[in-house]
Amino acid sequence: MTGPAWTPYRLTEEQVLLRDTIHQLATERIAPRAAEIDRSAEFPRDIQAVLAEHDVLALPFPEDFGGVGADLLTVCVAIEQIARACATSSLILAVQALGADALMRSGTPEQKQRWLPDLVTGKKLIAFALTEPEAGSDAASLRLRAVRDGDDYVLNGIKRFITHGSVAGLITVFALTDPEAKRGRRLSCFIVEVPTEGFKVTRLEHKMGIRGSPTAELAFDDVRVPAANLIGAEGDGFDLALKTFEHSRPGIAAQAVGIAQGALDFAAGYARERKQFGQRIGDFQMVGAMLADMDAGIEAARALTYHACAEIEAGTADAARWASLCKLVAGDTAMRVTTDAVQVLGGYGYIDEFPVERMMRDAKITQLYEGTQQVQRLVIARALLGKGR
Amino acid sequence: MALQIVVLTKPVPDPAAAAERIGPDGRLDRAASPAVVNGNDEYALEAALKLVEAHGGEITVLSMAAAAGPETMRKALAMGAHRGVHVTDPALAGSDIVTTARVLAAALKELTFDLALAGVDTSDGLGGVVPAAIAAHLGLPFLSAAAKIEPDEKAGGVRVRRLSGTGYDLLEAPMPALVACTQVLGEPRYPSLKGIMAARSKEIATRSLSDLGLADGSVGGAVATTKLLDTSKPPARAATEVIRGSAEDGAKRIVELLAKRRLV
Repeated sequence: MTGPAWTPYRLTEEQVLLRDTIHQLATERIAPRAAEIDRSAEFPRDIQAVLAEHDVLALPFPEDFGGVGADLLTVCVAIEQIARACATSSLILAVQALGADALMRSGTPEQKQRWLPDLVTGKKLIAFALTEPEAGSDAASLRLRAVRDGDDYVLNGIKRFITHGSVAGLITVFALTDPEAKRGRRLSCFIVEVPTEGFKVTRLEHKMGIRGSPTAELAFDDVRVPAANLIGAEGDGFDLALKTFEHSRPGIAAQAVGIAQGALDFAAGYARERKQFGQRIGDFQMVGAMLADMDAGIEAARALTYHACAEIEAGTADAARWASLCKLVAGDTAMRVTTDAVQVLGGYGYIDEFPVERMMRDAKITQLYEGTQQVQRLVIARALLGKGR
Repeated sequence: MALQIVVLTKPVPDPAAAAERIGPDGRLDRAASPAVVNGNDEYALEAALKLVEAHGGEITVLSMAAAAGPETMRKALAMGAHRGVHVTDPALAGSDIVTTARVLAAALKELTFDLALAGVDTSDGLGGVVPAAIAAHLGLPFLSAAAKIEPDEKAGGVRVRRLSGTGYDLLEAPMPALVACTQVLGEPRYPSLKGIMAARSKEIATRSLSDLGLADGSVGGAVATTKLLDTSKPPARAATEVIRGSAEDGAKRIVELLAKRRLV
């Protein structure tokens, strides 16, 4: 085999302790709320407070701003452990990291000083607003327009499917600044502080899964944003969005692994307790084999996800491919494993008295957001064919 | 009044892993199960953390354990303890309660402290006498079954509410003193994530038998005053019956079941 070195990973003593701590926190404080969060479809401010109180939301932020300064793998380990208990709750951390990525990557020291402290303490949430009604997978064709006017930019347009769009205090908005520029230089990135005049949440989606996590449609009607809120230079937006995905897709992969692990743990426990024909159903080979395949699939997806984190953290030139590889494999694994978990429980898996049907509904989103599985394959295939973008 | 507190912590098999196994020598196979800090010792550590938050001071955790002991000690450091002392020596394998208390007393004697705290017992041993034996070795006041610990700044002493069958006894002793801690003191906190990242920079000192001035032949299984003759598993639990339905019907059914067994 030729090519760059394969970056090995092994969880450090700190990462193991952090994993176990968040596992305990999620089991004791989050899991008991998961069913109710799903049923009510209300954003769990109490869980946001728990995550903030225990510095979980401070994980991705630099120590200079009071953060924990955790690397990508550590953040993913945390997302996984929360998702094992509640997928909605894991998004609170995942989206905080997603929304702040451009600011951390390209923000000036003044911009970081202005916004990071409130994000680190979890006092404010930050959303990531790229998708529009007419621009999903084809992100370069955004229509939300930002026009310079004196010391401000004036924003007009609509964002759709924005996670936490209705509960965040800051929104990282990608907008069209130069329609004439070449494809990769048309967009710019802004931090918009909300509420602000002309900004409105126009719709909340009714979703199949991650129901406690509000998915908002946002309308920008002559919203004035100070030029000081521009992240990076004009035209940097598209690159910033793509760079963000290199860090956020492994987070979604970790979420998928966590959802799958939660489903397997429940199904295995059920197969140990439930008796039919005088024996534990797990002792029937057909059920035992399902559990074994679920376990093997999860470990493979986890290994790929952790390895992708190590590669991306090490600065591989192939980061986009690694990010897509792990999201693709982990998302499909979560869907298969949660579907099988419902199967192991039989009729009980199909009713909301048990958590696996929720997990199956939650798993589906990991095949859709932050790029559909088809987009991940496109990214991977392009990397293989050496065409770049 | 800044307090110097030593908390005795023992690594025990993680009860949540339910992977305890008896080895060929009839003793607990410690390699078979992940280790955690003994549950009651975490309550002692929590009490120490609260005392230091209120009065200032520092916490040292002290363990006697196999070479892998520091792994569990890191959790105590991440919860907020300031440093660790890890007593380890291959010759200690198979030590009984008497030896354990003697070795820990020797290690504790090296440290300066106002209070030494320990859990009332450990989930793997359940002897519950090691803290008292350490106090006896060192001539320290021993305050058992503590539900509340209040250092008296003026008198240089400590007041402890000791659980009793009728409520509690109020005890007072000069410091330094050794206190055995109960869960009534309050739930242990989660390790802080920042604390986890910083735990590696905290010192864990290692002490061997010779460091403590103890001879190899004076410890271990060979000099144990008790001998393990046999181990057996507890009898299997009867089949579980799950009661479903409304709380009212469920309660009725449970009372019926208990009545049938003449338990109510």
